[in-house]
Amino acid sequence: MLNEQTTQAKGQAIDVPTGDSTRTHAPQAGQPGEPVNRNKEANHELSIRVRDLNLWYGEHQALKNINIDIYQKNVTALIGPSGCGKSTFLRCLNRMNDLIKSVRIQGLVEMDGRDVNETKMDEVALRRRVGMVFQKPNPFPKSIYENIAYAPRMHDLVGRKAEQDELVERALRDAGLWNEVKDKLHQPGTSLSGGQQQRLCIARAIAVQPDVILMDEPTSALDPISTATIEDLMDKLKQQFTIVTVTHNMQQAARVADYTAFFHLGELIEYNDTRVMFSNPHIRKTEDYITGRYG
Amino acid sequence: MLSNLTLLTFCAVLAVLGLIAFVVARAKALRTRQAGVAMYAQPDQYAWFSVLATAGPAILVGAVGAFVMLLLGAEIPTPYLLAASLVIAAIGLFVGVMQVRPDFHARQAIERVIRLALACAALVSIVTTFGILLSIISEAIRFFQMQSLWDFLTGTTWAPGDSFLAAAGRGGEVESVAQFGSVPLFVGTFIISLIAMLVAIPVGLLAAIYMAEFAPPRIRTLAKPVLEVLAGIPTVVYGFFAAITVAPIIVDFAGFFGLDASYNNALAPGVVMGIMIIPFISSLSDDVINAVPDSMREGSLALGMTKSETIKSVVLPASLPGIISASLLAVSRALGETMIVVMAAGMRPNLTANPLEDMTTVTVRIVAALTGDQEFESAETLSAFALGLVLFVVTLALNMVSVLMIRRFREKYRTNTL
Amino acid sequence: MSQSFDEITAQLRRRHRRSANLKRMSMGALILAAAFLVVFIGDMLVKGLPAFQQAQIQIEVNYSEQAREIPPAAVGDDVRSLVSRGYLRLIPSRMEENPELLGTQRMEWVIADSTVDQYLKGHNSELRPKEKRVVDRLVEQGRAELRFNTTFFTTGDSRMPEMAGIAAAAMGTVMTLIVTMAVCFPVGVMTAVYLEEFAPDNHLTQIIEININNLAAVPSILFGLLGLAVYINFFGVPRSSPLVGGLTLALMTLPVIIIATRTALRSVPDGIRQAAFGVGCSRWQVVRDHVLPLSLPGILTGSIIGMAQAMGETAPLIIVGMVAFIPDVSASFTNAATVMPAQVFTWAGDPSPAFVEKTAGGILVLLAVLITLNATAVLLRKKFERRW
Repeated sequence: MLNEQTTQAKGQAIDVPTGDSTRTHAPQAGQPGEPVNRNKEANHELSIRVRDLNLWYGEHQALKNINIDIYQKNVTALIGPSGCGKSTFLRCLNRMNDLIKSVRIQGLVEMDGRDVNETKMDEVALRRRVGMVFQKPNPFPKSIYENIAYAPRMHDLVGRKAEQDELVERALRDAGLWNEVKDKLHQPGTSLSGGQQQRLCIARAIAVQPDVILMDEPTSALDPISTATIEDLMDKLKQQFTIVTVTHNMQQAARVADYTAFFHLGELIEYNDTRVMFSNPHIRKTEDYITGRYG
Repeated sequence: MLSNLTLLTFCAVLAVLGLIAFVVARAKALRTRQAGVAMYAQPDQYAWFSVLATAGPAILVGAVGAFVMLLLGAEIPTPYLLAASLVIAAIGLFVGVMQVRPDFHARQAIERVIRLALACAALVSIVTTFGILLSIISEAIRFFQMQSLWDFLTGTTWAPGDSFLAAAGRGGEVESVAQFGSVPLFVGTFIISLIAMLVAIPVGLLAAIYMAEFAPPRIRTLAKPVLEVLAGIPTVVYGFFAAITVAPIIVDFAGFFGLDASYNNALAPGVVMGIMIIPFISSLSDDVINAVPDSMREGSLALGMTKSETIKSVVLPASLPGIISASLLAVSRALGETMIVVMAAGMRPNLTANPLEDMTTVTVRIVAALTGDQEFESAETLSAFALGLVLFVVTLALNMVSVLMIRRFREKYRTNTL
Repeated sequence: MSQSFDEITAQLRRRHRRSANLKRMSMGALILAAAFLVVFIGDMLVKGLPAFQQAQIQIEVNYSEQAREIPPAAVGDDVRSLVSRGYLRLIPSRMEENPELLGTQRMEWVIADSTVDQYLKGHNSELRPKEKRVVDRLVEQGRAELRFNTTFFTTGDSRMPEMAGIAAAAMGTVMTLIVTMAVCFPVGVMTAVYLEEFAPDNHLTQIIEININNLAAVPSILFGLLGLAVYINFFGVPRSSPLVGGLTLALMTLPVIIIATRTALRSVPDGIRQAAFGVGCSRWQVVRDHVLPLSLPGILTGSIIGMAQAMGETAPLIIVGMVAFIPDVSASFTNAATVMPAQVFTWAGDPSPAFVEKTAGGILVLLAVLITLNATAVLLRKKFERRW
């Protein structure tokens, strides 16, 4: 277990697994910040370990002492009111925050035994293993086929044309889009509907065969039916990939996530098994948010 | 013609009438108001309305009269015209003051006039375009009455020769027949523009890529003014630079390799024109590249692409319509550029593809045709308008295509940065 | 299936190298553009700075009766060819003005011939060896030196390089720009106000808008053709005059001012218009009292930039005849005149080194004025820039 964690941040309360379903309203102050590891049938191998992560936009501190473990081949949902830092946190995991000039990051984000923020770490290599799907579908202004084949070809994952065709088909099948687009692979990606575009972006991400896929509110721009399709897809994809998704929709978190983390004002308030979190949150703030008292 | 004194008197009288209108109308309105009658408008507005009623029609009549004199050549004695317009001013004054009534919407009347004046100003640009078109076309038609259109477009010899003598009624003295085959001019224009584009597009585009994607903000704020200065240099200065500095360098350089270059070689004006167009391309491309949404870049970076791969495979293809549009505008500039070629390119129509030889362009011949002491009616002078017509049509077409492309680009990303 | 970081990093090495190329190339392009500017300005400075200096020699001038008839007689044989003929020609008229000069002899610093000027500046000169020795002796005696060239800023064009100046052209530029701005500023602003604030969204408005964009892209020389055919041949405006030049440039500058004004008007937020409508202003009152004052800095900036553009324009002015030889400074709208860039063009046609120097000197003055204008515009924009 990961209990070498000693420096517990002020005001930070990380849920400690209690094993029973007693409601705990009081913040668990003073408890060692040991992330949850529920007994579940799924596998619990560690994928990304985050310790004492702080992030500033200029003078403004957007993340405060985040400690969290993300497990392989599970769906982890990050919830919280807007501006709480959940997207910012997500973007720390593949260093997309590097693109913003004024950002300063402190703390450990560890993957595969390496600190992703260390200077020796090539952020391109990191992003190769940690893919991302964005809030708004952003297919490239290329054909559907090229949208998917582009990255694997650059990564030398495919050689011959036949291999490439096969990979495109597999990615589209995995993303559940194949049947809809197999006859129009060479039409522009932007000609698809919003939900299809988002699945195209997911197909694009999995074609690179990453370990982790980050999803930043992937369904917020979509209609309910497309949303349901994508949720089913996430459920299927977690067989192969670790998925971390940000959502402002608590029902969605309840439906798709194995673990849920609740962020508020840059702090991680509670992190727990989704079922526990929604049936029996340990912290008052979480409960207030989940029951819709604010947010 | 108008003598200055009469004109001055006219203006003075008109101004006095206007002042009277203002004072009288205002006083009347104030009186009405003090009498306790509610009025639709402010006293000042009534006053201004009266001024408009006085001066407006009078000036209009004066202008129409002057125009009729110029256009139709009708001789209206100037004093009569001015006197007539002063009479109209007096009538206007009377009517204007009469209109100071509580139920009259003076403000609306004024604003209708203002709106009309603004709309007229907006029409000036249309009139200008049609002016260009009509003036060029009408003179060009006269040219094509003398010379065949087919020969003009396909002939390979441009030798206006002694055509001005023919126009002066001394055609018998002309030894050779003037020929107006414009192909050598088009070829020269094309080659010089091509050289300019070969310089401007790569350098301008790469500079734009650096500014938009790589440059730290400090360099950006430094580089922008540099490019703006480059853009603000008058073309006559570039022309001098091309002729005095660049051309001899090219001749020496060519001589070093055993090549024979003319001092009026096409390379010097081409290269310098390219330098002139760099800021044009770079600032337009910079705008276009910045208009590509960041989500495109993030999408590519999140797939594990390097920054340059992202630029090459995603950003540039996305901004291609905008870049092409900028390049077309640049081509249209290069085609119409005059001073650099007048000063640095040759005068001799020379049908060749060798950029080290001298060649001439459409604009050079336009200037040459119009700066001599020829009779305006001569074929050579009129040929300038025929060439101008070609230039106008080509640049207009390039501009239209460019506008359509940029519009499609903007619709694609729904951005308004251009 | 998944590779370790080290494996991926190793694969990436080649791609990173190639990627660095693009950055280097693009940076190189920018540096190249900047280098062009440096070379260019440097070249102009090297060629043009000497124009601000002028050789003067101290000689004995004999205001004799004979000199009034034959001016060269006023100076000694040995230095006669060294003195500017332009100076000698002025001797009789000076004697007219100052009768007491008659019969006197005085040592005077006079403007030297351009050959002496070029010799003192170390250029090839057409001076004969004997004359060179005379000049060398004068230099040794401190009677020949390079002084600040006031002639350059006070006289008009001349066939004699040492007497040629930019004053006539500068005055022509001022007169021309007055006409230009007097026409295109009101018309441009009015057009922009109409299009932004009043125009209904109909076909006519769209045509006007497309038309303005096209007008901005029409090669400037075609405006010259318009000026020639319409103003000169049709309306009979005097050729070569600041009036015809200014009117021609006005049409060319019109789109610049319209586009700048529209941008400035558009940047005034609708909230302000709505607030003004809310207190019962009419549309015109809203524009006059609220929108125009707020967008004035933007309009002025655009106008200055348009004016700078008009100031550097040559091609259309050549067509309407503003490349005349103008020796006298004249502040008239209807007399023949020339403008700064046209003066540069005229001088550039003379290949002698003395005129190359004048050309570059004129260019430096022109560039200084243009850069000042543009800098003013930039500062104005910075100062009044407002984020709503």
